[in-house]
Amino acid sequence: MSRSALVLEMTPRLAAIDVNNLTFTYLGSQKPSVANVTFSINRGQFVVLTGPSGCGKTSVCRCLNGLIPHFYSGELHGDVVVCGLDIRQCPTSELSKKVGFVFQNPENQLFSLSVERDVAFGPENLGLSRAETRERVEWALQVTGISSLRHRAPYEVSGGQQQRAAIAAVLAMKPEVMVLDEPTSFLDPRSAAEILKVVHSLNRQMGITIVLVEHRLDLASQYADRIIIMDAGKVILDGKPSEVYNERARLIGVGIPRITFLAQLLQKEGMPFPTIPVTVEEASSLLRRSLGS
Amino acid sequence: MIKTEMLHFAYPTGDEVLKGIDLEIEDSEFVAIMGENGAGKTTLIKHFNGLNKPTKGRVLIDGVDTRKRSVASISRDVGLVFQNPDHQLFCETVKEEVSFSLKNFGYDEATIERRTNSILETLDLSEYCDSSPFTLSGGERKRVALASVLVWNPKHVVLDEPTIGQDYLQKDRLRNFILQLVSQRKTVIMVTHDVEFVAECKPRVLLLSRGNVVADGPAHKILSDDGLANQCSLIRPQMSSLMSSLKDLGLAQDVIDVYTARSCLLEAFRKVR
Repeated sequence: MSRSALVLEMTPRLAAIDVNNLTFTYLGSQKPSVANVTFSINRGQFVVLTGPSGCGKTSVCRCLNGLIPHFYSGELHGDVVVCGLDIRQCPTSELSKKVGFVFQNPENQLFSLSVERDVAFGPENLGLSRAETRERVEWALQVTGISSLRHRAPYEVSGGQQQRAAIAAVLAMKPEVMVLDEPTSFLDPRSAAEILKVVHSLNRQMGITIVLVEHRLDLASQYADRIIIMDAGKVILDGKPSEVYNERARLIGVGIPRITFLAQLLQKEGMPFPTIPVTVEEASSLLRRSLGS
Repeated sequence: MIKTEMLHFAYPTGDEVLKGIDLEIEDSEFVAIMGENGAGKTTLIKHFNGLNKPTKGRVLIDGVDTRKRSVASISRDVGLVFQNPDHQLFCETVKEEVSFSLKNFGYDEATIERRTNSILETLDLSEYCDSSPFTLSGGERKRVALASVLVWNPKHVVLDEPTIGQDYLQKDRLRNFILQLVSQRKTVIMVTHDVEFVAECKPRVLLLSRGNVVADGPAHKILSDDGLANQCSLIRPQMSSLMSSLKDLGLAQDVIDVYTARSCLLEAFRKVR
């Protein structure tokens, strides 16, 4: 690699998200929900943010699109810079062009009488031309696989389809970063797996930086470049899935994929595992080597 | 006992959501109702406390037709915890919320205090007793909703998606708590998509698809059947997928939980060594 390329590689401009010493205490709360959190996420990374219930992960997400401090009041210390924008200085209307946010419950996000109108809402508010809006809506519906539902009311379609519509609505803003707060909680397992596939394709094909808050690590691990684990407002583990799925994570309540946990149990009993699997396929081929005669 | 006889239900829009459901759930049974989004699971359990009344057929709670009792009266026996806690919570503090029903039922102060504290303790909520439910996380609000129903000690407990937003430790605690309820001879019925949770609890599983019961049996039989899983938009537990990918090595095929899988695999490993 040439020197200039190396410099470029290391320049902070590559960071999509820079969180520095972030501490936030909600108004009326005694203790901070987020305490001295520092991390940086590069452009194009797929990051899963997880941790036990009440660990502060949702609060961190709310900082990434400026809901904290512009909508939720409280005491904010430290810096959060997203796509070069300081969340304190920048109004949420500006941030929303760069950072898309998908909520746990699509019912909280969809409000129009047709899926198409919901998806068009964002681009129309950006003041885009009719032609450009139309083009973006077509594209977003197609990428999320719901073109055929365009005229249906959001409340008439299934939960999985609603969540696709919510993602399409965010996608139509052409964000650089997408933050998804437990987007699969209300979905049956197959719909959940499909939503995560859609998110993965947005990441791989369009280079959108993904921050996914997720408890269902059995479904999400295979897509994650990196897992950040929080506990009691702090980041306690940060690394590749196979690096962070350890005893410490399990004991604080992280739902390590069962397949990973199984491999760890078998390893304790003396079965060889050169690498710790995070998917069934990986585990299957490793076990075949140990069990094949 | 909870019993349905040819239960049909259609919403006023005309869509028939339940298409002739016959089932019997004995006292102190532990049952998971699973199936795809829109299969009719929530519509079905709302019949158990009389919130929904059948358009055809009937529902009997301990032998009495739900049409002949008020929802308030059935609720003393059947406690239903909704999927979305925000549909249920409304008080200023967690403690008020949890003690609300007992006050309504006319219990004395001392009993209210004792029972409320005890359930808050069990569900790890004591530290929040003076907080507003709306300042809590999603997972915590879910537990407040659960506490506010369990506090009046209903004979049959019906839970709609109890594990949503709960982390692994909370789920572990929830599982122990449910098993404790079952051992106290309470009926526990839960609607859930959480196959791994079901794999660890091993209840009887009722599989619903498009308004019909398509399978009914022990968890390890139902959840290890890939055909059924596909039909109901489920994904088999990871252990079941693993064991079936290694089927040619002669491993058991009805394994759904980690500890059973560990024993099977260790046994196989010792044989080849």
